[in-house]
Parts: sequence; structure tokens; C-alpha cells
Amino acid sequence: MAEILIQFVRVFAPLSFLTIGGGQSIIPAIHQQSVVVHQWITNTEFLDMFALSRLAPGPKTLLVTLVGWQAAGLAGALVASFAIFVPSAVLVYYLAKLWARYEGRPMIIAIERGLVPVAAGMILAATGTILQAAEGGIWAWGVAAASTVALLYTRVSPFLLLGLGGLLFVLVQPA
Amino acid sequence: MKTPPLRSPPSLITLFLAFSRLGVTSFGGGLSGWIMREFVHSRKWISEKEFVSGLALSQAFPGINVVNLAIWIGYRLRGGQGALVAALGMVVPAMGVAILMAVAFSQVAHSKTAHLALAGIAAAAIGLSLEMGLRTAKHAMDGLAPIMIMAGTFAAIFVFRLNLVGVIAIAAPCSVAVAWLRIRRRHRPGKPL
Repeated sequence: MAEILIQFVRVFAPLSFLTIGGGQSIIPAIHQQSVVVHQWITNTEFLDMFALSRLAPGPKTLLVTLVGWQAAGLAGALVASFAIFVPSAVLVYYLAKLWARYEGRPMIIAIERGLVPVAAGMILAATGTILQAAEGGIWAWGVAAASTVALLYTRVSPFLLLGLGGLLFVLVQPA
Repeated sequence: MKTPPLRSPPSLITLFLAFSRLGVTSFGGGLSGWIMREFVHSRKWISEKEFVSGLALSQAFPGINVVNLAIWIGYRLRGGQGALVAALGMVVPAMGVAILMAVAFSQVAHSKTAHLALAGIAAAAIGLSLEMGLRTAKHAMDGLAPIMIMAGTFAAIFVFRLNLVGVIAIAAPCSVAVAWLRIRRRHRPGKPL
């Protein structure tokens, strides 16, 4: 038990700092480490936890909490959560204080703008990873596409979309 | 640069409870929208300008966006202690709910219907991810260099499966350097950045 908890810290603590553009950007790494490298959970379990993390309230990065839970119970959930949330939170606290002092300087603006393309690439890679891992073949792609369009062009509630996706899959049974 | 608060700042307990309430009721996501409605429009603890500024920084900094935002807001209202209770309120109660949901799910995990439902939810959730990716990409596409950096980052992670630390260690400084050069080239004294 101790070994897996230590592994969680060694995997998730560094990832905490790599969440450029948000928690979504490290989804490929979470999948790679959890399912392929360390095999803490299966691909199906990863997808289940991913879906639950989207349904659940709060930050979506609770995916890591759920991975920890699935792999090692309550201790796993707590340790994994601590590892993914705390390091960057501490860093951000000090960055926020720094920013207040140097706001408006070219280097600060360069950092703010410069990280956007990197974040975009990371988030699109995350989308690709989930799409690849998804079950339900063409139906999954269809629901994903429809969901994207709906979110971009309407003010529909994300929660409703998630519910419709679930309902459709239960009715059509593509997986 | 601290703008004066619109009302006297809340107590730490109130701050914690406010974030906790958001944390446990924000089903389905869209958390930053919830935060704006609650703290800017409803309670009027910060101005919309401060909120938007905090939101941009939350996304620019490493770390979980909404947690960064909570830290930002908490810090503006009650300093270091505020940042701590805000972040804890945002994460911990929601963590409890998520675990309870996982427990509930494990009771029906062997049911095909439950798996199908979650697979469908996952597919729809891809839309959330792709929407954010496309919106961010739109902001990124203001020049050939940023576009190439975006494409390169995407390919390195998704196509070539390179180590994430290595990719960021190269892409981030390059991208910041490019941005800095462009700012230098465009900036003339007196002209806003």
C-alpha cells in the first residue's frame, strides 16, 4: 500500500506543475501513467472515472482523486489529491503576489501570452487522448462532435449534454 | 494593484462556506461561471474587472484553474489565510462528493447500463474538452509562430507521445521568447502593450 502511495506522489506532484491551461492539459499524462505505465487501473476504469469526474461538482481534476480511489481506496484518493493540488497551489500563491508587483511589464505579458499556444496544444492533445480511449466507436465520435457544436454555438447547460450523452448510449448500446 | 473592496471583506468562515457551497453544487462543470455569478454579481465581493483579471491569470499560471481562481479571490479578500480557506472550500467538500459518487457507482459497476451511461457521458464530456481546446486555439492563432508551436506541442504529446516535462521544457520558453520578441517589436513608448 505504501508503495503505490509513494508512486502517486512521484507521478502526480510533478504533473501538478505541468497543468498549463488547466487540469485538462495533463489528461494524456494521467492516462499514460495510470493505465499504461503503472497499470493502476484499466482503460475502462479510467473512462468510468473520467465520466464521473465530469458529472461530479467541483474541479474536474478530481479525476486524479478518483483514480487514486479506484487504485488504492481512501488513502489513495487523499494522497493523489494532495499531490495534484497542493504543489501548484503553493506556487500560484507566490506567483500571485509577484504578479501584483510586476503587473504590466513586458516579460509578464510575454509569459501570459506565450503560454497560450502551448496550453492550446496540450488541451487538444487531451481531447485526442480521451477520444482514442473512448468506447462506442462512431457513436462516441458523433456524440463528442454534437456536444462540441452545442457548446460552441448555444448556451446549453453542460450537465444536460452529459445527461443526454448517457441516455443516448443506454438506448443505442454502441459499446 | 489593489482596488478597494466593494463591501467589507467576509470572515474566513463565510469565505470557506461560500466556496464550499459552490464546490458541492457545481454539477457538470462551468465552475468559473458559477464563481462569477456568486462572487461578483450576487455577493459583490469583487468587481468583474478583478474577476476577469484573476481568471486570465488562473489559466496562465500552472495549476488547476478554479483552484487558482479561488486562491486569487481568497487572497484579495483576506490575504494568505483567505487564499487557503478559499482553496480548501473549493476542493475538499467536492472531493467528498466525488468519492461518494464513485462508491455509489461501484455498487452498480457490473451493470451494463451503468457502463453504457458513463461511456455516453464520457463522449459528451469530450465536447467540453474540445470546446475549450478550440477556444484556446483561437486565442493562440495570432501568427505563424504561435500556430506552429501549438501544432508542435499537440503532435509531440499526442502523436509522438513524448515526455510531457520535456515537451513543456522546450515549448514554453520558446513560446514566451516569441511573445516577448513580438511585444518588443510592436511596442513604442507611450503605445499600450
